[in-house]
Amino acid sequence: MTIKKRRRRADVAFTAVAVIAAFLFLMPTVLTIANSFMTSSEIAANYGAMFGNMTEDKKVFISENVNLKFIPDKVTLAQYKAVLLKSPDYLMKFWNSVILTVPITFFQLLVAVFASYGFARSKGKIKAVIFFSYIILMLMPYQVTLVPNFLVADFIKTAVTNIFYPDGAIPNGLANMRWAVILPGIFSPFSIFLLTKAMKRIPIAYTEAARLDGAGELQILFRIYLPLCRGALVSVAMLVFIDFWNMVEQPLILMKDANYHPLSVFLSQINTGDVGLAFAVGTVYMVPTILMFLYGEDDLVEGITYSGGIKG
Amino acid sequence: MKRSNDPCGKRRERIASDLCILPSLLGVLIFFLIPFGIVVYYSLISNPVTKQFVGIENYTKLFSNNAFITAVKHTALFSVISVPLAVVLSMALAVMLERNIPGKSAFRTFFLSPLMVPTASVVLVWQVLFHNHGTINQIIEHFGGSGPDWLKSNAGQVVIILMFLWKNLGYNMILFMAALAGIPRDIIEVAELEGAGRIYQFFHIKLRYLSPTIVFVTILSMINSFKIFREVYLLTGDHPFELYMLQHFMNNTFASLDYQKLSAAAVIFAAVMIVIIAVLLISESIFGKDVEN
Repeated sequence: MTIKKRRRRADVAFTAVAVIAAFLFLMPTVLTIANSFMTSSEIAANYGAMFGNMTEDKKVFISENVNLKFIPDKVTLAQYKAVLLKSPDYLMKFWNSVILTVPITFFQLLVAVFASYGFARSKGKIKAVIFFSYIILMLMPYQVTLVPNFLVADFIKTAVTNIFYPDGAIPNGLANMRWAVILPGIFSPFSIFLLTKAMKRIPIAYTEAARLDGAGELQILFRIYLPLCRGALVSVAMLVFIDFWNMVEQPLILMKDANYHPLSVFLSQINTGDVGLAFAVGTVYMVPTILMFLYGEDDLVEGITYSGGIKG
Repeated sequence: MKRSNDPCGKRRERIASDLCILPSLLGVLIFFLIPFGIVVYYSLISNPVTKQFVGIENYTKLFSNNAFITAVKHTALFSVISVPLAVVLSMALAVMLERNIPGKSAFRTFFLSPLMVPTASVVLVWQVLFHNHGTINQIIEHFGGSGPDWLKSNAGQVVIILMFLWKNLGYNMILFMAALAGIPRDIIEVAELEGAGRIYQFFHIKLRYLSPTIVFVTILSMINSFKIFREVYLLTGDHPFELYMLQHFMNNTFASLDYQKLSAAAVIFAAVMIVIIAVLLISESIFGKDVEN
């Protein structure tokens, strides 16, 4: 057997493995979307066994086994109608996710654009130390950072209440603790790490040329640096957005009132109740991030590539 | 116009760079570094009211706390198994996509897609698959075996490892693909001319160039492995049977407002992380030296 033949055979084997892997990677997402078009009785029949709280008359139709189905018997939009029109609770929780995630993403990027420019342009020792401490902070898990976050939130709440609302009647905006999740999120150093690495790749000659033409620092940042690292910016925006769209730990600890919890936390509770709606809610919840992915996949890949390696 | 006069220009540049960093630095100080100092302080006192210094008593108490020990064990077991798998499997995917297979970019999209799917959206599918009477157990029974009650036994570790890999392999794969693409072509060509097979090439040449990426992916996977609470919470809720993780311990301690216990746990965790990261970075600088020049 020649080497060429052997290689071709190996490629066929690799393709087969890739197809199987692709099936496994896509399955949870595709199944969720497919099942969101089922009728609620079909869902009860297939998945009822998972949940002990079905009424007696329904139990007759429920098999003991849980049946995973790829294709609904009858395609219907009834679940979506129920989610979007009849159950304002889900829309409220969706809105909770938006109002937490969008400000965090926007302001984290804003802070990061300036800070990364500062880090990328400087060669000072002190700044190198600061940048390294950012990396360490970035690598700290929630189990570490949430304790300081909690202390600060508690301190701010007590201080503001004592100074401005000594009678204890604090406004909703302070009591709902959204800010306690949003503020640390804004200063989380992940996007600075990635953007600094992207900006360091920009040749210093560009800056010098711009300066000779009389450009100020802000102009250099907005006219040269930002356009040149557009891919990294899009990528960071996507990664930060999905990270907070997916959040569970922070709201559980920092927000006591479950009414303000994002859908990412709330979904775990409907799963045991309204099983008929859970697939549709799950699908609605993944629409924003899937659209971002389809639109910006190439930028995302470019940005992830920049993130590789602690050094340089 | 003498503005391009060197010392003056440099100074302006430095001030601009300082000003750019300032907002971020203030935020990090206020929300992370200063309160972490307070956390360290809290871990050394008896309680926030009397503020009596007790040395390492909070730490020793923590190590005799059963819930903490269980949580550490479960979390460590999960990380020790899932991190190496995340490194090796994502490298395998990257190597696979380096081969001559059709539809490469589609495969890349498929493998990366779980990164952008919220865990909460798909958790129901995982529950259906691994329910006691669920799909996986039906398949096992079909072949005459009997599967465990996945989500209510030790086997739960398998489920969360799979969920972890599902979500994280794509990101790691992209990092390895970039590293593979960065290996100088001439070295590979020379090796091929001298008759080195693909497997020899991989283990003796490519792997050395990949070593910085391996270290980085290891660190990244470890960090992500500590986020597995998300999956566990969504799958099994507040008090899982066999998957009581470190974050559960933290949450329950938050609920009881035991600052001393919390602070000691956070400090220990931070110290362990810094040691692990330092070891990985040092080992990278030792092993990676010969390829960097």
